Amino acid sequence: MVERLVSRNLHFFGDNISTDLIIPGKYKFKTTDAKELAKHALEGADPDFSKKAKEGDVVVGGENFGCGSSREQAPLALVGLGIKAVVAKSFARIFYRNALNLGLPVIENGQAVEDLKPGDKLEIDLKKGSIKNVRMNKTYPIKPMPAFLLDMLEADGLVAYYKLNGRLPWQKASQK
Amino acid sequence: MGQTIVEKILSKASHGKAEAGDIVVADVDYIMAHDGTAPLAIEAFRDFGAKKVWNKKRVILFIDHDAPSDSEELSTLHQLMRSFAKEQGIKLYDVGEGVCHQLMPEQGYVRPGYVIGGADSHTCTYGALGAFSTGLGSSDVAAIFLSGKLWFRVPETMKFVLEGSLPRMVAPKDIILYLIGKTGADGATYKSVEFAGSVIKEMAVDGRLTICNMAVEMGAKNGITATDEETFKFLGSKRKGEDYVSDDDAIFACVNEIDVSKLEPQVACPNMVDNVKPVSEIGNVEIDQAVLGSCTNGRLSDLEIAARMIEGKKVAEGVRFLVIPASETVYLEALSEGFIETLVKAGATVCNPGCGPCCGLHQGILSSGEIAISTTNRNFVGRMGSRDSKIYLASPATVTASALTGAITDPRGV
Repeated sequence: MVERLVSRNLHFFGDNISTDLIIPGKYKFKTTDAKELAKHALEGADPDFSKKAKEGDVVVGGENFGCGSSREQAPLALVGLGIKAVVAKSFARIFYRNALNLGLPVIENGQAVEDLKPGDKLEIDLKKGSIKNVRMNKTYPIKPMPAFLLDMLEADGLVAYYKLNGRLPWQKASQK
Repeated sequence: MGQTIVEKILSKASHGKAEAGDIVVADVDYIMAHDGTAPLAIEAFRDFGAKKVWNKKRVILFIDHDAPSDSEELSTLHQLMRSFAKEQGIKLYDVGEGVCHQLMPEQGYVRPGYVIGGADSHTCTYGALGAFSTGLGSSDVAAIFLSGKLWFRVPETMKFVLEGSLPRMVAPKDIILYLIGKTGADGATYKSVEFAGSVIKEMAVDGRLTICNMAVEMGAKNGITATDEETFKFLGSKRKGEDYVSDDDAIFACVNEIDVSKLEPQVACPNMVDNVKPVSEIGNVEIDQAVLGSCTNGRLSDLEIAARMIEGKKVAEGVRFLVIPASETVYLEALSEGFIETLVKAGATVCNPGCGPCCGLHQGILSSGEIAISTTNRNFVGRMGSRDSKIYLASPATVTASALTGAITDPRGV
């Protein structure tokens, strides 16, 4: 993950986008490969999404994004497609944890979502804890997250963090 | 200041004082994963470069979601799980043994005060025995495989105090559907939900499991009930200082008192679990399939209700009534009680213990335009098959009544 990123295209979705819509159950029982899963990302909500979405795009959701099952294949399919962040009014908690563990920034700000229009550009600065709507020149705060989670995001997720540091993000360096 | 049940459990597990809002690193008593989630967790574990799980007796695997396998690709993932279990010396429940959330309590892995993680959102079920249990993704599960610990934000608790007496043919499933309808699909996000009051006190553990199972459908991190005589009756053990009850002066996010005396059977309508109406307001909805089973309602008491209602009658022409016992033990008990024979004679189809068609993988996938009524826990678009099919969720009694008439039916009139 880069600390600061500018979105390419935005893709808009409504409230209650469930993990069944993000990756229907039938695919998660076929493969664990991110690229394969990516072919069906958000298929339940928009059957052509995987064709439209490109590396660097950002998904915009409404309330309760990622509700439903605990399948990590849901954020993994988005990562496989090159989605750089999900901005939503609110997230379901398991999806939120899973996305962070895969190094996918998940940003909760209802007003930012309300203000966004197709074609807008978003600047995301996780270190500073803010996102900016470039068209409106308006900045929104991101709910602060514990430092260990920011470190994990910066390292590109849980496994990558562990490989880099030889410990889990929440383990103190001394108690390996 | 007093503590909620969850604050008490997470205090013990993190060796300190845990208050709502704190981030703690907690010891995990058991971690489980199934065929939809274990393969990714095993891959993440291997990606860590790890060789051995932290404690082989504390990791449990289940092949239950799509079992027996219906594709070569899935068979490969099942084999990956079997070889991992063998290599690590981990217990794996294989095809036909049952649904993870039935087996975990049934086989004695759940105790009051335990912290249990599961790579499945319905892991919140075990709160019915006074455990803190919550659904996790595969990376978090791999971290527990590795270290036996995980970070948690200590949740605030929403409390529902249920009073009054439950009318005839109104079940624990109707209570939880009603509460989800009132709270909304994200009304309890990040929170713990405690179910209390005289209705819960008088309820057997089976019903409490149904209620806690669906806490996640209001967004909750976990569902929980205080321990009492019923808890220890289910566990078959004497109380040994294992009581977990919220203190009187504990701080709750909110306390909602609800009188269930006038509650009707409830139905969650397509395509959200919080789209809940009393059965009397559903109107005429003809069904193609009725499903009785799953981690929500596949226990002996659920099969008994169906068998007693259907005895000597016939499933409506054109309706497929699928019955899936939640475990091998439930299946055998239902056989010896005669429930299975009654159901089969009435025209039901009994499938092997497991998750059945709940997540749209096998054993009853819906085609475009088809309608099902089911005792399972989700009715999202495409959950049980086609994006253009519809799922209604209800209690075992309402599902059985509907199987008999061929349309969604109030069980009080059957």
